[in-house]
Amino acid sequence: MSARGLTCIVAASMLALLPAACDRELRKLSKPQSGGPVPAIGDKPVGMQPGQPGPGLQETSSARTYDGQNAYELNQGKRLFRWYNCGGCHAQGGGGMGPPLMDDKWIYGHEPDQIYDTIMNGRPNGMPAFRGRIPQEEVWQLVGYVRSMSGQASPAAAPGRSDGISASPAEARRTRENPRTTGPEPPVKTP
Amino acid sequence: MNAIQNALQSAGPQAAQIEQLWWLTLAVCAIAFVPTLGALLWSLWRAPRATEATPADTAIVSQPERRTRSVVVSAVVISGIGLAFLLLASVRTDHALAQLPLEDALNIQVTGHQWWWDIRYDDPDPSKIFSTANEIYIPVGRPVVITLLSDDVIHSLWVPNLHGKKDLIPGQTATMQIRADKAGTYRGQCAEFCGLQHAFMAFTVTALPAADFDAWRAAQLEPAAQPTDEKAKRGEQLFTSGSCMMCHAIQGTTANARMAPNLTHVASRRTLAAGTVANTPQNLAAWITDPQKIKPGVNMPAHHLPGGDLDALVTYLGTLK
Repeated sequence: MSARGLTCIVAASMLALLPAACDRELRKLSKPQSGGPVPAIGDKPVGMQPGQPGPGLQETSSARTYDGQNAYELNQGKRLFRWYNCGGCHAQGGGGMGPPLMDDKWIYGHEPDQIYDTIMNGRPNGMPAFRGRIPQEEVWQLVGYVRSMSGQASPAAAPGRSDGISASPAEARRTRENPRTTGPEPPVKTP
Repeated sequence: MNAIQNALQSAGPQAAQIEQLWWLTLAVCAIAFVPTLGALLWSLWRAPRATEATPADTAIVSQPERRTRSVVVSAVVISGIGLAFLLLASVRTDHALAQLPLEDALNIQVTGHQWWWDIRYDDPDPSKIFSTANEIYIPVGRPVVITLLSDDVIHSLWVPNLHGKKDLIPGQTATMQIRADKAGTYRGQCAEFCGLQHAFMAFTVTALPAADFDAWRAAQLEPAAQPTDEKAKRGEQLFTSGSCMMCHAIQGTTANARMAPNLTHVASRRTLAAGTVANTPQNLAAWITDPQKIKPGVNMPAHHLPGGDLDALVTYLGTLK
């Protein structure tokens, strides 16, 4: 192939990438009222769970608005992680009272729908249920951000800096962990 | 809302100093600008008007052009004196701004958020501290020390009728000293671009006579009124059991978050969303349903509530005078 033909192909493929780059920064401010399928979450009773889900505001919106490759959504997730005091238990991802979120270990799964389920319904031994407390669209933003903490989001979209002092590098510079689901630890037998 | 925003109608000593400097600057600049334009117009007027019949002007050959050095030198000297005078006046104004007597000052802490103002009235007695949003009330004739903080990006507080601008910088604490000598409501505005809704980040400063201010302050210190009728009770239950209380606070209920405006006395405010729309039940309902329609980019999420619930919530918030 001639050098000129090669240049044309390279230029054309770069142009084709442009719209994708625009999507990355797009702010989808108004969320659709209904849309893609939302994972079915039932009223699963979970033992030893602090805080019950609020009967709360019956929201009529039911769209799955997850977008893990959108810079704005991930950034909003990072803000909400601070606002809703997720750091109170998970710290800045390193974990404390709650499990770390920046490693490769996922007790209940790393897929977006599984994390959504974890936040909405809570998990035994400490994770509260936020159903009725946090609007769905914000939970999807949190899901995207939680995944970016272990490098599951594209570095081009993940937050590039923190507002406060942080010991760990910004999410955009995290190494991608290879997620594995470990399942909950067996209950400790008391003698 | 008939609040004025005009740097040339000073309502206190700080703005008066700045206004004086503004007029002085205008006068000094006019001394240079008006004669320059006059000279320009005069030279245009006396320029030779030639026709085809006019013989060529050869005067330049026989008599050399007049030297302009003295004119240029005097113009430079006069401009230099003017600029040096303005520099001195500016330093003097800065000095005067720092001289506001602060005995018995009221302490207010203003925190900038995207895109609203969190206002906390400080007091040595912790039980007398309270928070409000977007509407500052101050007593007439008493100095006020405003501590400026920011939660996210750089904002700037500007009430032209009372003082100049001062930036609110994340991680830094700045202060501003003001005093209002005339009662009235003055409009303020964020004066540093801070994102999508920078233009709709307004606030008001209302200067009240001392007795009225004390009454206002006492009313603000009261916890929210307990709802009496069934509808308002349902509204309170919705507020505290749903997502509202994740960000907002209402004193006297379990809602205690501080990420969004304190709503303890929201019904007594003139506007919603930092001066964006008037505080009416219709606007409040529209705001709760889809804030992105009113203020695109705002961090308040949309709540598409069933009709009865929305009505109950708006009714309850309307009781919070």
